[in-house]
Amino acid sequence: MTDVNVKMDALAGVDPNALPLQVKNLQVEFRTRNGIAHAVNGVSFDLRAGETRAILGESGCGKSVTAQAIMGILDSPPGFVTGGEILYRGVDLLKLPESERRKVRANRIAMIFQDALSALNPVFTVGFQLAELFRKHRGMSRQDSKARAIELLDLVKIPAAKQRVNDYPHQFSGGMRQRVMIAMALALDPEVLIADEPTTALDVTVQAQIMALLAELQQERNMGLVLITHDMGVVADVADRISVMYAGRVIEEAGVDEIYASPAHPYTKGLLESIPRLDLKGQELSAIKGLPPALTNIPPGCAFNPRCRYAQEVCRKDPAPTLFQVSPSRTAACHFWKEVKGDE
Amino acid sequence: MSDLVLETRNLVKHFPLTRGIVFKKQYGAVRAVDGVNLELRRGETLGIVGESGCGKSTLARMLVGLEKPTSGDLFVQGKNMSKVGAEERRRGRRNIQLVMQDPYTSLNPRMTVGDIIGEPFEVHPDVVPKGQRRAKVQELLELVGLNPDHINRYPHQFSGGQRQRIGIARALALNPEIILCDEPVSALDVSIQAQVINLLEKLQNELGLSYIFIAHDLSVVRHIADRVAVMYLGKVVEIGTEDEIYESPTHPYTQALLSAVPVPDPKLRGLRDQIVLTGDVPSPANPPSGCRFRTRCWKAQDICAEQEPLLQIRDKSGHPSACHFAEVRDVVHATE
Repeated sequence: MTDVNVKMDALAGVDPNALPLQVKNLQVEFRTRNGIAHAVNGVSFDLRAGETRAILGESGCGKSVTAQAIMGILDSPPGFVTGGEILYRGVDLLKLPESERRKVRANRIAMIFQDALSALNPVFTVGFQLAELFRKHRGMSRQDSKARAIELLDLVKIPAAKQRVNDYPHQFSGGMRQRVMIAMALALDPEVLIADEPTTALDVTVQAQIMALLAELQQERNMGLVLITHDMGVVADVADRISVMYAGRVIEEAGVDEIYASPAHPYTKGLLESIPRLDLKGQELSAIKGLPPALTNIPPGCAFNPRCRYAQEVCRKDPAPTLFQVSPSRTAACHFWKEVKGDE
Repeated sequence: MSDLVLETRNLVKHFPLTRGIVFKKQYGAVRAVDGVNLELRRGETLGIVGESGCGKSTLARMLVGLEKPTSGDLFVQGKNMSKVGAEERRRGRRNIQLVMQDPYTSLNPRMTVGDIIGEPFEVHPDVVPKGQRRAKVQELLELVGLNPDHINRYPHQFSGGQRQRIGIARALALNPEIILCDEPVSALDVSIQAQVINLLEKLQNELGLSYIFIAHDLSVVRHIADRVAVMYLGKVVEIGTEDEIYESPTHPYTQALLSAVPVPDPKLRGLRDQIVLTGDVPSPANPPSGCRFRTRCWKAQDICAEQEPLLQIRDKSGHPSACHFAEVRDVVHATE
């Protein structure tokens, strides 16, 4: 795969020793007719090479918008990045002109979408769409790029890749389409892969296939993976570190073992307790009461306070709690993290 | 009459595949449901699990009468629904109601909540006299944990979880014995899911309902079901109590399915006995001969292609399994 990298890194100021991805205090808002929706309110996280970072949260918590902002594919208008930095190896992507940014997209940072059927173009063959990447980004000929496309389909274990390369997306099953998406994301050998709910639309047995494939490819290439999901089972299986999001903020950040053993934010705790578990069979599940807030109308203070059983007066007042250092390796945005975590 | 409220005998649904417009010719059939025998007792929850395309939803539609079976019999409270007259069938349907998957598309956006929940009374006017219907709807709203004053609101004024509660209230309107839940929580967020599951359990205890609970989320089914049937390509491949299926599955498909479910406990990472199946589910229009799972099965022998394994008790595990080589394998480790 050496010649693949020939035309890259025309990007100025790249520091090879810096982290492949760092997001600092990212803010995104949507300016709609019904007011401004604060979708992302200061999200920060780091990603090391080879690491898997899970971003966990329910629908509407801003996790997909964060991914779109990193990729630079936010619908704008109505979406605007209003603050923060997105650093790729020390270079702030938000300050780059679109022409420079295009060199990063797919090349260095690639993305897998949830719904492969709508992410692929229905009127071109899968092979054409894969080959397009090599033609546009690498200037390869039609013939060479098609050979490359076949190699890629082989890599993601699509049987009879030579024939399937001429098929259209609708001729593939859900799992196979997701493999094509992965092939497309990995085509240019990126350092960071963002997977936005890659297996949500798939059955569990297919999900297991796809997650195994992703893990294998990630290890082979020492690639950083940002896994956006709401599935706590998948997270427990593959993640190294977790950022839990609620109403556009990261409310807890920790290693996977710490978070599952002793969550330090009431929301994380509530999520973990609401999963049906064997030892609670026949008992009532402990649900989190109420609903997530509308992003146009986030309550003052801690956004979670109306649903929180630990909430006190201080939680209802601005400013919202910042991330407290729970231990050297983890943070949580709750005034009462000590009580939530308990002292084991 | 025993406490058997619902029974199916060899229920089959084939959708014909036709060619041509003027001279329509049938050249095949999608065997969506191909001989399913189920029993449901009073107050029991029967879980049905399986991947997409295995026929769970077609089965559900036949049970509530939205789809006419190609062959086979459906007994609701001892009455064979395919033999009785139209009027009696209509009355019989009252006893089995459906909660649908998507709370966004299953409620008419132009009707108020009161009209939606009250609509079953238009079809079955003798259940509640006209003058008391509004009060009954408010009672139902309260029962499912919604504010009875919201009777004049429209569906868009409610969140996903609340809409699912409206769907449940509508299903309860005719005082049914059986509620059929077709993926009732899969469109909801985790924190809301738990609220709806708790509601369903509460209603079962209060009203003595029987549930058929169709879902692809195996941990939810495990939580709520007393017995579980596993479906693959239109057939039940294994059936048993929740413990039998989850603790000692004997069919390879059940084992693979269970092992594929990610467990929310990082300590078990790498310790699970994970079976990753190859390939996809074959087309139900052209299912494999013999055992339908053989194309993806690691145990498959010649006999699997020649002879279809029947759903019967095969070894000391004591529950029916449709595999020639049924054998207990421990795939799910208890989460502490």
